[in-house]
Amino acid sequence: MRVEAAERAAPGVGWDRLRAALARMDLLLVVLLMMAVLTALQPQFFLTRENLTNVARQIASNAVLALGQLLVVVTAGIDLSVGSVMGLCMTILALATKAGWPALASLAAAVALGAAVGAANGLALTRLHLPHPFIATLATLNVARGATYLLSGGVPISGLSPEVRWLGSADLLLFPGTPLETAIPVSFLVVIGLYLTGAVFLRRTPTGRHLYALGGNPRAAQYAGIHTARMLVLVYALCGTLAGVAGVLLAGRVNSAYPTAGIGAELDSIAAVIIGGASFFGGRGSAGGVFLGAVIMGLLRNGLNLMNVSVFWQQVFIGLIILLAVYVDVLRRRAAQVEP
Amino acid sequence: MSEPARVEMRGITKRFGPVVALQSVDFSVQPGEVVGLVGDNGAGKSTLMKILTGVYRPDGGEIWFEGRRVHFASPLDSRRLGIEMVYQDLGLAENLDTVANLFLGRELTRRVGLWRLLDEPAMERRALEHLEGLRVELPSLRLAVERLSGGQRQAVAIARATAFAAKLVIMDEPTASLAVAEAGKVLELIRRLRSQGVSVVLISHRLQDVLEVADRVAVLNRGRVAGVLPGHGTRLEDVVALIVGGLA
Repeated sequence: MRVEAAERAAPGVGWDRLRAALARMDLLLVVLLMMAVLTALQPQFFLTRENLTNVARQIASNAVLALGQLLVVVTAGIDLSVGSVMGLCMTILALATKAGWPALASLAAAVALGAAVGAANGLALTRLHLPHPFIATLATLNVARGATYLLSGGVPISGLSPEVRWLGSADLLLFPGTPLETAIPVSFLVVIGLYLTGAVFLRRTPTGRHLYALGGNPRAAQYAGIHTARMLVLVYALCGTLAGVAGVLLAGRVNSAYPTAGIGAELDSIAAVIIGGASFFGGRGSAGGVFLGAVIMGLLRNGLNLMNVSVFWQQVFIGLIILLAVYVDVLRRRAAQVEP
Repeated sequence: MSEPARVEMRGITKRFGPVVALQSVDFSVQPGEVVGLVGDNGAGKSTLMKILTGVYRPDGGEIWFEGRRVHFASPLDSRRLGIEMVYQDLGLAENLDTVANLFLGRELTRRVGLWRLLDEPAMERRALEHLEGLRVELPSLRLAVERLSGGQRQAVAIARATAFAAKLVIMDEPTASLAVAEAGKVLELIRRLRSQGVSVVLISHRLQDVLEVADRVAVLNRGRVAGVLPGHGTRLEDVVALIVGGLA
């Protein structure tokens, strides 16, 4: 057996893994480059505490949606319903608050609703044997959006609990009174916590590994005795749960549940997943990459805002970035295949 | 014989509606024996093996494993006894590396707080030992399986089937898609398994491969056993005659 010496010395580390980590650095480079350019172009605005915390707050809900979307995409699926589910969860959160529920109870209700709708997506896919997750989640997209309008009467509901507003809009002061003093939005800390958990789940647990196997070759997963249907229900339930969490963060940020919240958000989450390097054929993608994908989208929007570029152009740029990100990936994969 | 057969199938019958797929088939494999299972398409080879792995239940007949009568309700039952199948499509997750594939569904873990995390160093160590025992050469254990050659993938699939105290490994066309040199390595691997006491059932259309490595060759013809020939000294034409011949 011929194995490279470095691998023998350090089992589990390996050159390939290091190389894979380096290959992901390109996204980090893009982020740093964007920040450098924005600093150069808008020196008096971009690197200010207000602006940076603003960006971090703004990307929070999309980042959380994208993490759920990643779990689904790893299994070669897609969840089109996350934007609507997020809107529905926001409305439930606001209604529960208005009805006098304690903050924690209404928060739990919103997240649990997300989990339930997600599980329903998974069950529709696995029990009704719908041919593609596109269909089940497209149905849910419409059902959840309709339900949101029905429940809210089509008008925004404002006035959320202080706890939810704290989650969505407050800053935490780290190292106060020292030169290292930094303000970090609470919602951004939630995002980081969720992404760290997601990364450990995907890369370090048997269940996470089974998701990659399922996405890479469903038959292999079946042969290995993995309950693929149960896995899929779990994944869509987690995605729905995260949509609920994203709804809480967004509602807390804007202090309102508006019935149009999250329209098109599923596409933003998918964009972050793609820019983050996940494969739509399943079995590929990392939490770290998708996090950077969400950051890149946030920086782009922020930079264009600072430069007074219209939102219509922003959409054009996001589209071009998606194209570029996937094309770079195609090139890289082609290069990898030429290697022996 | 002092030692009971590793597997003995007696009078196995299987019908699919009006079609009789298998008609009282007897089939046995001794410990450390390589048995070739050949026959034309539709002769019943894969049906017989699906019964042995618990995918199908027979309509008649008995299965004995190491002297005990057994009933398989699902593939998990047969796997628990050490019967493993290497499918023709290999059943590997090509996006994962060799270590992940060897342990897929049976990962080694360790507890870290509330989490049950993958124990990568332990898995890698055991994978390395196992592959060295089979003398399988791979460029790296951490390369995604899709980056390996066809023969290397086949070796990974066989290693996966034998990683957990397998007693009988069924291989479906393991050499069909391989170049001659790589096929030779797979046959070498089969011999090595035999020397370790593992029984092998080799389903193959490449009769020269079967005759090269098998101790016995069982020929199925339209759901019946057309004959069982010794692997050594049997001519290719004799096997072909049984495969294509009308039943005696």
